[in-house]
Amino acid sequence: MDAILLQILNGLDKGSAYALIALGLTLIFGTLGVVNFAHGALFMIGAFCAVTLQRILNLSFETVDETQTDFLGNPLKVKTPYVEAWFGPDIGGSIVDWAVPLAILFAIPIMIGVGYVMERGLIKHFYKRPHADQILVTFGLAIVLQEVVKYFYGANPIQTPAPDALNGVMNLGAVIGMDIIYPVWRVVYFAFAVLIIGGIFCFLQFTTFGMVVRAGMADRETVGLLGINIDRRFTIMFGIAAAVAGLAGVMYTPINPPNYHMGMDFLVLSFVVVVVGGMGSLPGAVLAGFLLGILESFASTTWATTTLPGINQIIIYLVAIAVLLTRPRGLMGRKGVMED
Amino acid sequence: MFGLNKKDTSVLIIVAVMVMLAPFLLNPFPSASGLAQFNAGYPDLMQKFVIFGIFAIGFNILFGLTGYLSFGHAAFLGVGSYSCVWMFKLLGYNVLPGILLSIAVSGVFALLIGYVSLRRSGIYFSILTLAFAQMSYALAYSVLSNPKFNLTNGETGLQVYADDPQWFHNPDRLPDLPHLFGLSMRATYKLDLGAWEFQFNAGYYLCAVIMLACFYLAIRIFRSPFGMMLRAVKSNQQRMNYTGLNSRPYTLAAFVISGMYAGLAGGLLSAVDPLAGAERMQWTASGEVVLMTILGGAGTLIGPVLGAGFIKYFENIFSKINDYVLHSWFSFLPDGMEDAVVFLIHPFIGKGWHLTLGILFMLVVIFLPGGLVEGGQRLVNWIRGRKAKSSTAAHETNPAE
Amino acid sequence: MGILEVKDVGKRFGGLQALSDVNLSVKENSVHAIIGPNGAGKSTLLNCLVGKLIPDTGSVMFDGQSVLGRAPYEINQMGISRVFQTPEIFGDLTVLENMMIPCFAKRDGAFELNALSAVLKQNDILERAEHMLEEMNMADKRGMHAAALSRGDKRRLEIGMCLSQEPRLLLLDEPTAGMARADTNNTIDLLKQISEERDITIAIIEHDMHVVFSLANRITVLAQGTPLVEDDPQNIRGNPKVREAYLGESA
Repeated sequence: MDAILLQILNGLDKGSAYALIALGLTLIFGTLGVVNFAHGALFMIGAFCAVTLQRILNLSFETVDETQTDFLGNPLKVKTPYVEAWFGPDIGGSIVDWAVPLAILFAIPIMIGVGYVMERGLIKHFYKRPHADQILVTFGLAIVLQEVVKYFYGANPIQTPAPDALNGVMNLGAVIGMDIIYPVWRVVYFAFAVLIIGGIFCFLQFTTFGMVVRAGMADRETVGLLGINIDRRFTIMFGIAAAVAGLAGVMYTPINPPNYHMGMDFLVLSFVVVVVGGMGSLPGAVLAGFLLGILESFASTTWATTTLPGINQIIIYLVAIAVLLTRPRGLMGRKGVMED
Repeated sequence: MFGLNKKDTSVLIIVAVMVMLAPFLLNPFPSASGLAQFNAGYPDLMQKFVIFGIFAIGFNILFGLTGYLSFGHAAFLGVGSYSCVWMFKLLGYNVLPGILLSIAVSGVFALLIGYVSLRRSGIYFSILTLAFAQMSYALAYSVLSNPKFNLTNGETGLQVYADDPQWFHNPDRLPDLPHLFGLSMRATYKLDLGAWEFQFNAGYYLCAVIMLACFYLAIRIFRSPFGMMLRAVKSNQQRMNYTGLNSRPYTLAAFVISGMYAGLAGGLLSAVDPLAGAERMQWTASGEVVLMTILGGAGTLIGPVLGAGFIKYFENIFSKINDYVLHSWFSFLPDGMEDAVVFLIHPFIGKGWHLTLGILFMLVVIFLPGGLVEGGQRLVNWIRGRKAKSSTAAHETNPAE
Repeated sequence: MGILEVKDVGKRFGGLQALSDVNLSVKENSVHAIIGPNGAGKSTLLNCLVGKLIPDTGSVMFDGQSVLGRAPYEINQMGISRVFQTPEIFGDLTVLENMMIPCFAKRDGAFELNALSAVLKQNDILERAEHMLEEMNMADKRGMHAAALSRGDKRRLEIGMCLSQEPRLLLLDEPTAGMARADTNNTIDLLKQISEERDITIAIIEHDMHVVFSLANRITVLAQGTPLVEDDPQNIRGNPKVREAYLGESA
């Protein structure tokens, strides 16, 4: 029993990442009608926002500590981050320690900006072009973004630890009398994902802005006829989708050290998630994200991999193929969206 | 000639002549000169040109004619490579069985994947093919390389070992390398003419002949009623259905043909270098053939070949250029400016080739959807337009004189 | 017994009953018009006939065989051709190629790698395609890309493509929608000529009363998803129920 629960929990962190990326993909597809192959790159840029902030906070100056010597007998050079010098070792130290959560604040404006520039500068011109062209140009953009990041940060994964306080493990099963040891940061990540997803849904459900966007997703032309400037709202929506992907990336860094191709790795799977959930269905994307994450986790158990070697690597694709063939619209797809 | 009309025949002949004379044409600079690094007339690179040319020609039969954008064609390339190496391991180093098996296996593989994927179209088709290719990659990389059933040899890549059966291999008579009835694929005849050195490589010429055959077949497909049907699928599937035509057999046939082209290309890659790795199946490899086709001009006959050559050539050149070379080029500039120019160009060369490629690709999709071929046509039209203008201008001014 | 028999057809979309108890009989060699106000279910009915939609209840028989559950291309092979509201043609192909494709279809496909010119020599496809182009008065446009044609010419081409299949039933979905008056009249003349000269049944869905009354010899009025009345044109004109439901609006 607790083994099953543990596998479900294990699937939640990857599932959260899939759900967040797929949510953004679906928002963009539903509102703008654009298939964005560069969405994984936004996830990756978010992760590197965290890396960047961490580097900024760790900018240090060197002082020579005469009281200590290194192993050669020379006076020890001590690096002190500027932040610690300004705020004192206690507050400064915790600021450095909390770089990843702080990067959320850092990443939001950056990601919205990146999304805005992307939409106005490039994607806007592709609304009326065939889907193949949209795929191709965003694919090119994804390569470019990935290579730019590689140029500045190198090809190796960069360790970006979570704050010490959130770095340990906790026993989630204590409440129900079971032993389920689980890393704290993954709990944080899941909670964070739920918060963001909830926020997006509330935003779409309870604000007039969200109402217009939902109406636009249902029938763009009619909303345009009402004299509402739907394009501007869609641009903002693109910025929000970019921010969601970026934040998913920021928070994912302690789970998996970011590298330049993480965006592409997640993109392929996120597309599969969107398709399984149903193109244009937001709840479908979220549901499929978590489901596939959990499924992948179950397929990774020793039992599964010894019975069917490698099942963990292909399970998601198998499910996607099965779903597409039996329910072409996906789990919760709307009628008439991208059917042909 | 050959059942082609005049224009296609001349295109075929021009391509054939250029491919056959490639060792000369691609080696314009004397080997001792500083420009020799821009030569492309050596076996490794020329083989890549024609092999990826085959890959792109095949991809174009699917994408260029039917408009179905496959993001998983590398799977067939990989399957072809593995099949060919397996023939080396079992039968011996003659390339012929390997090439034949790679075509056959990739054809069957394409039939299976195509049968499933073609039930959907548009973006769904792209994602399905992508999913299949990624699945094949995952299988080849880890699952199919367990000790009990080692089909792909995982990370190391599949290669021929000394204890492989090689039933028909006779080490006394035959070279211990891929060969065609005794003619080693690495056999290279070097011709020194003055300051130039030209290399004629057996592997290249084998691939080149096969590429010409593939090119010829592609022209036939383009000009046949079958090709017209494929273009009709791209143009309007609805009307196709309401004209009593089931489009699926046509698209499936196109998919299998292009999968076999890809398998053949994969087989040839193994034939010139008997090592097959899973990375050939990765989706970046699928993306590369898409880039080649679009860059050259999808739906045109010659475009994919141009695109393949263009990408492989510049990949090679760019990876050779380093800061040192740049400094020597721009040494005529004042020091500060020289450094600035080198600093600006630096991200795009060497390992930055993919960045350049990505930017180039975006520019082509945005401004030149017809690729290099369209670019060439526009250039020709522009020149003609200018000529026409200047001649009419001359006519107009004449009477005044 | 008509060539097309629609019995008790019903279709629901979620909460909307688009069609209910539709009974319709199209007689052979007649020109049968289906009219009705917006939202009456005309297009839904048409889509049920050609296999794009499958009705929830009822049956659709063409020449004694059920069309339900068959794919559009199979229904077309039974002898039903459809002309769309916006002309559906192969825009990237030339006019002549457009016309050749239905000729190939008649021959069940074109799985041949022989050069087009060689295949054309062996059989009469080219001949038939050119003949049809002449009949449509489009022979001079044979080399043009179909996408570059005018709206009226696209419509002619589409009708020609349908005719070259020699269908028994030609379905037209508002064939003159969005056309200039002159083009509309040309299309009416063309359809008149077709129905007189050929052994063909025409079913037409139309909004424009001018078109309906110049062509049809039988009219079914659809209102709120169900047939209101089926009668000859002169009786329809005088029918008070129809006036109330439909003509009253437009008059």
